[in-house]
Formats: sequence, structure tokens, C-alpha cells
Amino acid sequence: MTIKITFIDSSGEKRTVEAEEGSTVMETAIRNSVPEITAECGGACACATCHVYVDKAFLSLTGGPSPQEEDMLDFAYATQPNSRLSCQIKVTPELDGLIVTTPPRQG
Amino acid sequence: MEESIKTDVVIVGAGPTALFTVFELGLLDIKSHLIDVLPRAGGQCAELYPEKPIYDIPGHPMITGDGLVEKLLAQIEPFHPTFHFEQMVTELEVLGSAQTPAFRVKTETGRTFECKAVIVAAGGGSFQPKKPPIDGIEAYEQKSVFYAVRKMEEFRDRNVVIVGGGDSALDWTLNLQPIAKRLTLVHRRDEFRAAPHSVNAMRELVSAGKMDLRIGQIIGLSGDNGELASAQVKSAKGEVSELAVERLIPFFGLTMKLGPIAQWGLNLNENLIPVDTAQFETNVPGIFAIGDINHYPGKLKLILCGFHEGSLAAQKIYHYVYPEKKLVFQYTTSSTNLQKKLGVA
Repeated sequence: MTIKITFIDSSGEKRTVEAEEGSTVMETAIRNSVPEITAECGGACACATCHVYVDKAFLSLTGGPSPQEEDMLDFAYATQPNSRLSCQIKVTPELDGLIVTTPPRQG
Repeated sequence: MEESIKTDVVIVGAGPTALFTVFELGLLDIKSHLIDVLPRAGGQCAELYPEKPIYDIPGHPMITGDGLVEKLLAQIEPFHPTFHFEQMVTELEVLGSAQTPAFRVKTETGRTFECKAVIVAAGGGSFQPKKPPIDGIEAYEQKSVFYAVRKMEEFRDRNVVIVGGGDSALDWTLNLQPIAKRLTLVHRRDEFRAAPHSVNAMRELVSAGKMDLRIGQIIGLSGDNGELASAQVKSAKGEVSELAVERLIPFFGLTMKLGPIAQWGLNLNENLIPVDTAQFETNVPGIFAIGDINHYPGKLKLILCGFHEGSLAAQKIYHYVYPEKKLVFQYTTSSTNLQKKLGVA
């Protein structure tokens, strides 16, 4: 099955792209040239430049950040309770239709 | 002023590629000094992912960033490299000619080196404090906003606000609290990744009424002529309140910046240094670039590629250091000469 993810940028523009099962939301963004995701460390959960806000309808499916991810979110800008680092969200079939919003700035 | 250090090679950076290159240079009797802005060896391995497993180091099915650095340091021990930490190389001056290169290298702390070749192994650039993206923060930098504490007196009898939840934030909270007029620690959540004993010490000061802890994020600054007066703090519930502040110290981790390397007369291609793939030399004879910072057709940013690049650069550097000598290639498995250098023969 195809899994689709919608990225909404800080100006409200929507981009819906296909994601591969087993990859991450960050990798999906980079592969599809989605703006506002920097991913400086390349997915090591060692920076905070792939910060996204997860649509509240999907929060129970993505779950919350791990303790290590929370530590990294300390470096992110304008975090909210639904903040996640997109490199730490694995793409699964259940996440089909996932909507995430990118903040105006990545730390 | 301290005397200029004379050596064969100055290596800018002390990440894994730089460390292994010390080994390859050492086998060829070439001495090196390494300079890094971080307080220890390891570069990104030590700073970004010390505990992360790496799976693509030949011969190591799995090794952590710290583990690899530790082994590399053990491997180059026979060559006694000298490290100069916590300083950035700011100037690189060409003294010699293309045939017999010579360079003068200066760091931000004023240390000077004279050498026959320079290896730029600076990865993604030097690690520098990350600036929180607060509108207009630049106007207050170095007057009211500081990303590191250099002189504690700067903070005496001031309303000091520290932002962050790591060791730097907590350590400076404890150090500056006694001399500040009032110290406030601002952190986005009521959990801290800093060492538990400093978190406990901070909480005790808060309960004793000797400092304040605010859970929230700074969203705006106000003041005049670079002098900060107040900050707007947004709580987790979205309420915004004002906080009096004369000195702000945000600790938002480190990011990599190319920095002064851009001013050394090297060709650059989108912050990367183009090199040839036979010796990994730049457009300036005697200056080499290896590891993540270089670029050539087919480049892969892998540690193992950096090792290869350093090995080939060392071969060319030999001719600059020993112009009269002929280089005979030898294996460490069979050469008594090399084994003596390694202290195993």
C-alpha cells in the first residue's frame, strides 16, 4: 500500500508526498525536497533541525518523544506539546494520511 | 608573547579523519599538531553522537562514536601528537612557494605555528554556539546577550537570565547565582538533562528563594542601544509574561559553521573545499582538505573515506617535508622500520 504524508509549511502551503514504510518522516521530507526541514545531523537525533508539529489526530499513533528526543527538543524553537523531531518518527502503514506542520525556523 | 611552534604539519580539526591521518603521517616520520575548537578529540563523533553505534567502520561490526575515538587515540599514541583544544584557527598565511610550501597558522588565542603543510580536516566547520531564533537578538549580542561566559564580572549585580536545561546552563546558574543581583533560569520543561546533583542544587536555591526558575520559552526581547531591559516569556499554557533582564545567556547547543576557513584563499564550492583525488590537495599547494569538508566527484561523507583521503595526502606531504628523500612504500605487517616506529619491533 502507499503511505501518504502531508507537510504543511509555516505559510500554510500543503505538500502531500508518498512515504516508504520503514523510513522516517524526516527522510521522506528530504527525499521530496520539502522545505523547512534542515536535518543537520542526518537523523542521529543529535540536533533539533527537523522539528515538526504532529497533527493532533495522529498524536496517539506517533506517540510522544523519547527522553533523548525531549533533550534535543530543548534546542528547538517554539516547541509545543505536539512537537516531535521528524527523524524519530518511523513511517508505518497506520500513519497513512499523517499531517505534520513545520515551524517557521529550525533552531 | 609565546614563541611560534615549529612543526611539519598543522591539522585543523581533531575528528576521526584527522586522528587517523596522524598515524599515516607518523609512519612517514612527519610530526603534526592538531587544533580543535572543542575541548577534546573526536569532532562530531564526540560532540554529536558519542553513544550512537556506527556500523560502517571496516573491521568493527559496531562501535560507538566515543569507542572509535578512544581506539584511534590509542592507535596514534606512538606518534605523540600534540593537541591544542578550545581554540579556532583564525589565520592561515602562505609563507613559502608552490615548490617548497610553508605556512603560518594562528589561533584565536594567539598561538602561532610554522609548518610545511596544512591539513584542513574541519568536518562541517567549527562548532559554535547555536543562537536561539529570537527576533532582534543580534542587536544585544556582546553587550547584553552572551553565548559563553568569559568574564564573570560582567554578570555581577545584574539581573541575569540563563536559558537551557543542560550542563552548561545548570553549571553557570550555580556559578553566577552568588554574584548576580537576581538569577532566573528559563527552561521549556520542568525536566533537566543536566547532571542530577546540579539540578538538585538549583532546586534547593529556588526553594530557599535565592533564585527563580521559570518554565517557558523566551519569545521576544526589549531594550535600548543593545542594553536589554526585559524578555517576554511564554509559558506552556501560552501565557506571556515579562521578565526583567540585563544579561541573557542562552545555551542552545552547538552548530557547525565554516568560519574563518572561508578567508584563507581556498576555492570553495558551497562551503566545501574542492580537492584532487590523487593527493587531496586544494588549489593552494601544501594545503590539503580531507574528510567531510572536502569535495570531489563521487565524494561520500563517510569516516572510512576520510581515512583513505588522509593516507594519500600524507604521501604527498612527505615530499614537502623531505624534498631530498625518495619515499619507499612499506607495509606495517612486514616492515621492521615501521614496526619500530610503532614500538612493536
